[in-house]
Amino acid sequence: MTNKLQKTLLAGCLAFGLGLTTQVNAEELRIGYISPVTGIFAQVGKDMVDGFQLYLDQHGGKLGGMDVKFIVEDDQGKPDTGVTKAKKLILQDKVHMFIGGLLASTGYALAPVSTSEKTLYISSVSSADDLTQRQLSKYPYFMRTSWTSSLPHHPLGQWACDNGFKKVIIIAADYAFGYETAGGFQSAFEACGGKVIQKIWPPLGTKDFGPYIPTFKADADGIFTTMVGPMALQFPKQLRGAGIKTKILGSGVSYDEFVLPFMGDEVIGDVSALHYSAAIDTPANQAFVKAYREKFGKVPGYYSENNYTTAMWLDEAIKKAGGKYPGPEEFIKIMASIKLDAPRGPVELDDMRNPIENVYIKKVEKKKMFGYDKDELWNTVIKTYPKVSQFWTEGKEKFLAHPVYDRDYPPCKFCE
Amino acid sequence: MSQQQIKILIVVVVFGALALIVPYSGSFVVLLATRAMAFAVLAMSVDLLLGFTGLSSMGQAAYFGVGAYLTAVLATKLHFGLGWDFWLVVIMGVLLGAALAALFGLFAIRAGGVYFLMITLALGQCVWGLAYRWNSLTGGDNGINMSGRPNFGLDLTNEVTFFYLVFAFFAVSMALMYLLVRSPFGQSLAGIRERELRMQILGYNTWLHKYIVFIISGGFGGLAGVLWAHTNGHVSPETVVLTTSVDSLLMVVLGGAGTLVGATIGTAIVFGLREYLSTLVPWWQYVLGGVYVLTILYLPMGLMGILTRIGERVKSESKDERLEKLATKPS
Amino acid sequence: MGTQFWVVQAFNGVSYGALLFLVGAGLSLIFGVMRIVNLSHGSYFLLGGYVALSVISATGSWALSLPVAALAIAALGIVMERLFLRSGGALAQVRDVVIAFGIALVFRLMVGRILPQMIPGSFGSIIQLSLVTAVIAVPVYILLRRISATPIESDVLRQVLLTVGFAFLFQQGALDIWGGNNMDIVPPTELTQSIVVGGIYLPLYRVFMIGMAVAIGILLWLVMEKTRMGAAVRATVDDAQMARGVGIDTNRISMFIFALGAFLAALGGVIGGAFLGIYPGLDFEMLPLAFAVVIIGGMGSLGGAAIGALAVGLADNFGKALFPEVSYFTLYAPMVLILAIKPTGLFGRD
Repeated sequence: MTNKLQKTLLAGCLAFGLGLTTQVNAEELRIGYISPVTGIFAQVGKDMVDGFQLYLDQHGGKLGGMDVKFIVEDDQGKPDTGVTKAKKLILQDKVHMFIGGLLASTGYALAPVSTSEKTLYISSVSSADDLTQRQLSKYPYFMRTSWTSSLPHHPLGQWACDNGFKKVIIIAADYAFGYETAGGFQSAFEACGGKVIQKIWPPLGTKDFGPYIPTFKADADGIFTTMVGPMALQFPKQLRGAGIKTKILGSGVSYDEFVLPFMGDEVIGDVSALHYSAAIDTPANQAFVKAYREKFGKVPGYYSENNYTTAMWLDEAIKKAGGKYPGPEEFIKIMASIKLDAPRGPVELDDMRNPIENVYIKKVEKKKMFGYDKDELWNTVIKTYPKVSQFWTEGKEKFLAHPVYDRDYPPCKFCE
Repeated sequence: MSQQQIKILIVVVVFGALALIVPYSGSFVVLLATRAMAFAVLAMSVDLLLGFTGLSSMGQAAYFGVGAYLTAVLATKLHFGLGWDFWLVVIMGVLLGAALAALFGLFAIRAGGVYFLMITLALGQCVWGLAYRWNSLTGGDNGINMSGRPNFGLDLTNEVTFFYLVFAFFAVSMALMYLLVRSPFGQSLAGIRERELRMQILGYNTWLHKYIVFIISGGFGGLAGVLWAHTNGHVSPETVVLTTSVDSLLMVVLGGAGTLVGATIGTAIVFGLREYLSTLVPWWQYVLGGVYVLTILYLPMGLMGILTRIGERVKSESKDERLEKLATKPS
Repeated sequence: MGTQFWVVQAFNGVSYGALLFLVGAGLSLIFGVMRIVNLSHGSYFLLGGYVALSVISATGSWALSLPVAALAIAALGIVMERLFLRSGGALAQVRDVVIAFGIALVFRLMVGRILPQMIPGSFGSIIQLSLVTAVIAVPVYILLRRISATPIESDVLRQVLLTVGFAFLFQQGALDIWGGNNMDIVPPTELTQSIVVGGIYLPLYRVFMIGMAVAIGILLWLVMEKTRMGAAVRATVDDAQMARGVGIDTNRISMFIFALGAFLAALGGVIGGAFLGIYPGLDFEMLPLAFAVVIIGGMGSLGGAAIGALAVGLADNFGKALFPEVSYFTLYAPMVLILAIKPTGLFGRD
């Protein structure tokens, strides 16, 4: 028996035993998708997939004329499982690209896979700043269709200045995402004359804010919060319960549509910033919200919109490439040349492969929207900052010269 | 050949055959096998405590974590351990794991039974807290990305080469642990597991015995961590979470405690379910939970227990046959 | 920092401790009577919250959700205890049937997923599914009867791991039934107000938690100290063998205590649900907290659980307020210290 035959037989046996049968069709676009579909982040993972799937379904399962094979893999909310699954998608399913990754740590873990396997990775949710900033040069096959954590919070800092806020307390979850959102707010807010007078970092997952609320300085006129998931529901409730009426300036995720339907009326009037709101009053967004809600029974948040938009972006790019996938370098170039009109508004890539997009300052209101007949909480847009870059007004060189936002950067000059 | 030798031979042949087949079975399988082998070192270190000494540790992820973080921090901050100095990192990983265990052992060894379980849990969580919190060193929640695997003549970026390296570490670890449990020291550990009081009366310093095996187990945990870091190219607090400890404990019980091989089988099955079955069906978690419940209810000796039972049956049958022959022999 | 700061922080710590008491007391009692470290205790907490959410959405009554959820989870606890932790006789057969069907279903689904061509036809998929499952279940059942489960009463580690297995199953089950959203239990508006005492805002809900914990604590104490049942429980905690010797039905005691533990955890889930939210992962967040309570207080002691809960609540609260830098250790470091000094906890006995 020849060596090759032997190998094929062996592989065949094993493949049969394990049920691996991969048929590679030359005409189709194979897209791997990584999100946590089981475990504690399962709902977010589902929302991500649903966003992408909705676009596919609306377009007959085709992107840019190519049939799409859309393979979802479960990372179980663990970065190293994400890596394994990404390699499975690349090595076994021979995908052209992989998309997704929810947690910042997953994004960080997946980016090197794109480099070592020379396969395009599109981060459609994961927002760790440095991936498209100081570390980008390591990842030539990486791009983002979502946001950097600090991107929407620079404008929020500016907005706070413009609306008379002088002294603000920052309370944000004690991990990189918290530091980056808060850092973005602080640097912009202090650049226009505001003062951050206190920074508090409760551990991720804190639900009892009893220890922190009494330590708040009394002379603050605003509180910036980054609360994720279940934290977001409890903080405003406990803050108001403790009799503190100071205005809240929330990071986007503290009030996004994933948590909003489960919040009480005490959040009405709270302000937050993000690159998407389900209440953006444009025909494109209204159509998206209605289609999504009809299919999945809930109002889409940015997890879904980001992935819907990613699919839309791919659609345009494949079309522009002539109905085929031209390889990662070429494809990134094509993606970068597209100016997209997404539900969230106009989007395009900057030269660090992160979107330039609108940032919406939003206020929670209870009202009827898009013809739905029930009073619900919506993130009404009260101001739009158009075409915001991840470098805000600072310019790329100057921005990249300072370190990534961290627990101690920017330093708290006005604390004590 | 003695029975022991036959057993060893079987294990060597089976693992040798696996090592030969795996590289031909598709890159994803190579990757899974590498991960499982690296993790199996951790599971065996748990078995050393659980199966051979009777200590159920719920904090083994701590040693695993320090080994992994050590590797990642040295590689990214000092560019150390990416050439021949990889072997130095291995030694340092083992020593760091052992040192941490030496510290933790001072707290933990006094306690017995459930309390040992609880205190190791608490200690493990302290290390998790540190990994999460010590941002400047560990990168906090983002973790640390490593830029590549070591290259010292052998290019470990090649998945198959790396598989063989991990396999070698795995085989050597297993052999060393086997020698340890077969040694007089190991025999007295078994004595402690069965009847600690009696051993004390016989004049053994049982605390010291347990302390030493705790440290050795920590060393292997550290080694597993070093391998794990290079397997994934990424280290995050997720490496140190409580479920890593619980998983390793379950793997040992699933395969059969006190056999070392069982720990390996358990690891293979759990990895198979978590990372392979999960590519096929979304309800893999029911299967995993079900497997645990079933094993514990029906197979107290784990999967290896089945083999032992079959072995015993075969033995007793052949004995019966011999007796029969004796009986029917014309006198 | 003025007096006001200390008063508010102490109040917050005590109210958090009150919630922890509800979770810890059950865990402690179960351990005391059965010597079982129940790692699905966090799951009872979470499931209690979920059942309450269902009750509230169906009937709109928060008050009704408290007893319904607690009783439902107590029933679940009884099933788990009878079938899996203490099984013998007829119940063992019931268990084997349940498990055989489980295995058969998984097997059938797996074959259908991996080798679909192996499954003949598809006449009314549900009927086909259940028929095939039943056919597979028979040999599995026979096999299980032959192997026959080994009793696990005497094996601490196997009990622990069995309850972990259930915790995994419950987690995924809850996810499939209730979905993965972050939800919140909304108590009646009267309880969401604050009262102002001497310029300090005291959220009524926290007062309510303290009240509930005290009431339940007293009730438990009365049951344990003043009733025959309680006396029997105490005797079993002290020495199960002796208790059996004097004619106490420890088997029934163990069922009662397991149900009570599950009841208390679920009650904690409903009460805590308005304070912490209800979401996937809460089960494994509550578990270490419950352990901290029991470890510090000592397992098997009701008074210990109360002291432990108060200690954890206050330590966690003041630790986070005064030394936020080390907030990840405010829970575990005291636990390690106490265990290192007194391995059986403050009030525990071996």
